[in-house]
Amino acid sequence: MIMDYVFYQEYWWFLVSLLGGLLVFLLFVQGGNALIFSLGKNETERKMIVNSTGRKWEFTFTTLVTFGGAFFASFPLFYSTSFGGAYWLWMLILFSFVLQAVSYEYQSKKGNLLGRNTYRAFLVLNGIMGPFLLGCAVATFFTGSAFTVSKGQLLHEAMPVISSWGNSWHGLDALGNVWNVVLGLAVVFLSRVLGALYLINNISDQMIERRARRAVAVNTVFFLIFFLSFVIRLFLTEGFAVDPENGRIFMEPFKYWNNLLALPVVAVIFLLGVAGVLAGILAACFGSGYRKGIWWTGSGTVLAVLGLLLLAGYNHTAYYPSTLDLQSSLTLANSCSSEFTLKTMSVVSLLIPFVLAYIFYAWRCIDRKKIDANEMNDDDHTY
Amino acid sequence: MTGTVDLALIDWSRAQFALTAIYHWLFVPLTLGLAVIMGVMETLYYKSGNEFWKRTARFWMKLFGINFAIGVATGLILEFEFGTNWSNYSWFVGDIFGAPLAIEGILAFFMESTFIAVMFFGWNKVSKGFHLASTWLTGLGATISAWWILVANAWMQYPVGMEFNPDTVRNEMVDFWAVATSPVAVNKFFHTVLSSWVLGAAFVVGVSAWFLWKRREKQFALASMKVAACTGLVAAVMTAWTGDQSGYHVAQHQPMKLAAMEALYEGQKGASLVAVGILNRTESGEIDPKNPLIAEIKIPNMLSVLAYRDKNSYVPGINNLLHGGYTLPDGSVALSAQEKMNRGKMAIAALGAYRQAKNNQDTSRAEQELKTLRENMPYFGYGYIREPGDLVPNVTLNFYAFRVMVGLGGYLILFFVVILFLAYRKQLAEMRWMQWLAMLTVPLAYLASQAGWIVAECGRQPWAIQDLLPVNAAISSLETSSVQTTFFIFLFLFTLLLIVEIRIMLKAIVAGPEQDVKLTK
Repeated sequence: MIMDYVFYQEYWWFLVSLLGGLLVFLLFVQGGNALIFSLGKNETERKMIVNSTGRKWEFTFTTLVTFGGAFFASFPLFYSTSFGGAYWLWMLILFSFVLQAVSYEYQSKKGNLLGRNTYRAFLVLNGIMGPFLLGCAVATFFTGSAFTVSKGQLLHEAMPVISSWGNSWHGLDALGNVWNVVLGLAVVFLSRVLGALYLINNISDQMIERRARRAVAVNTVFFLIFFLSFVIRLFLTEGFAVDPENGRIFMEPFKYWNNLLALPVVAVIFLLGVAGVLAGILAACFGSGYRKGIWWTGSGTVLAVLGLLLLAGYNHTAYYPSTLDLQSSLTLANSCSSEFTLKTMSVVSLLIPFVLAYIFYAWRCIDRKKIDANEMNDDDHTY
Repeated sequence: MTGTVDLALIDWSRAQFALTAIYHWLFVPLTLGLAVIMGVMETLYYKSGNEFWKRTARFWMKLFGINFAIGVATGLILEFEFGTNWSNYSWFVGDIFGAPLAIEGILAFFMESTFIAVMFFGWNKVSKGFHLASTWLTGLGATISAWWILVANAWMQYPVGMEFNPDTVRNEMVDFWAVATSPVAVNKFFHTVLSSWVLGAAFVVGVSAWFLWKRREKQFALASMKVAACTGLVAAVMTAWTGDQSGYHVAQHQPMKLAAMEALYEGQKGASLVAVGILNRTESGEIDPKNPLIAEIKIPNMLSVLAYRDKNSYVPGINNLLHGGYTLPDGSVALSAQEKMNRGKMAIAALGAYRQAKNNQDTSRAEQELKTLRENMPYFGYGYIREPGDLVPNVTLNFYAFRVMVGLGGYLILFFVVILFLAYRKQLAEMRWMQWLAMLTVPLAYLASQAGWIVAECGRQPWAIQDLLPVNAAISSLETSSVQTTFFIFLFLFTLLLIVEIRIMLKAIVAGPEQDVKLTK
């Protein structure tokens, strides 16, 4: 293996994609919250659901922060162009996560001013809005956005900003593209499937379990409609290719399908992921009493999203394409950090398995005993 | 793209970032401070087995939890605002600046968020020792997180370990350890974290004083006060010590900030430090540069000692820094601001010519332009400054904020000494006025903490990164109305959440510690 600049660029794209996959898996917190009122028919049931997702929300939040930090460190031109350009899209995502962060701690506390149901409504809002907008944002990796990048702009002392957005919608224009919306909806329904599977695993309550199994089945239908529509279209459409000789971007027919064929390992990751997602769902729907569907579907989600994002960036592909000026599109090579920074950060990344190990251990300790109605009355630190 | 950056956009972007940072810093120091105090209390429980300490630790943990979530939420916004509102910054220095943020996420934030779950939900699920370790690891995670964030901030005050790459048109990291362990970063970390312990201690002492005033939970309140005051006193003394070092660093690397903090317009040998002073304004509302102070109490030679560790050393004032011509400590003559701006513009022009020559494959011309660029690179950022006066930060804000910080810092040392003395004399429970004073000290500690950050950040203006990139070149290309809208949304949202937090916190305090704790495995 040649540990050159290209290797580090691809390694960091892999890590960012992996974090993206973990983030989508951890959206089970959002999916579970979106189901608070449909799975919980009385206060005790709702409280169990909120407390179940409430013990994991920080992982989702931390993964979102780390995803942002890792993207900043490894591909700073994406950070500056996308966040500074698609301003409103990212701001709406952030608003919804801020509301979620405080809603757990505040909802059952005396003096919370807005009342329990308002905070739960915030959780539902984040549960739908968060996955939807994140899905739309990720879809732009394949459909493109209206921006330009001109590094020479730094020479203009009065107006030195190098990245600019092509319209005043600043990211809300992403919602005008039907395929972005389709992937957004796919992520919404996937998060609901994951949420229901997680609750089946984490809560010991027959009524919630029965309703959650039904929710898995219903949401899977919608998830599959939107996900398959997006994927089929993705493999049939043209994509944003990079000429390795001169770095020029051009449109290539069936680009993402070609990537799938050219990258067999990625194809296996993606297909294993899809199979894992479906296996967990089928086991939960047909294996009565089977509670471990979340692990299959969760692992599958990580792999499927990882595979999808690798298809967006590997094999000479522009991962953040510009529809306004094709040559402004971001590729791994033109948007990454220096070789020194990527190498340094790669050393730090060696600690990730250790971090994952203690997360897994602590998670197991907390989940050893399933949440039940009695615990809601016993434990003082319930939400 | 042509045109100019809208000045209002810069102001609103700064206002939004400042708003987020101020709110964030209302919650973070309490998290850092309470983490230590409740860690000490749970350790006492672990060692003694006395349920009293468990009950005490759990009460402060409850308040920690209420405070924690909103700190995390505002922190998320702050991180992403570097991209949303300072996109040029993110490209120009993202190669260096992004790394500490990513390391914070990987190493610190996960630790904090993993073990906080064990700390809150693990009392009856894990062993006593594992729970204690989780409590300390939560605090350690928060502290390591602070380390990396302060490394990033220190780098904005004193950029080191990087080199400008004319081909990628950005600064790139060349020495990670210079960035991660810069003396400014190390000192800033200790100054900031220790001051957070002071705030946490003042909070615990103040809340405990309320219980004494209400004649409730006397044993709990006195024990909490002792632990907090010990922590607070040690931290406050060390905060003062690191504060002195911080002043020294400012003098070396940000002399304009120091001059603004002191309202020093004309430089002096053997300069005095203004202990207390009132700024003198002319009829137009400007500070009179010839006679900037109406009333003042000065400590002779102290500013020279603080700045250069020599009571006779020369400290340049604002006018000297603008006009240059004075002798620098290394013997060279200081350049005027106008000269620096000219050299900055030469650097920018040389960069343009270099790129042009590279495109034309004119190697010798490219080398010549690169040489010019390298010679003038230390002034690159000055090329974006519109006029010399823009290099002067807000003197009024910095002058008063600095005095508020130092004055309250001194008061807090005295405060903890008195609390410990009265605790030793067993007089705290009966001294009503002292209980009131302790309660009033809580907002004062917050004020000191905020004032410190105002000096650090507003004193650096107009620079986003000292001498390297001014705020007008660091901005995102957005409509001002978009930033105005998000500013008011944040203002409403954060204020609402703050009001809710204070209400919940007060109710939880009034409810007091639990009466019966039997949850340990």
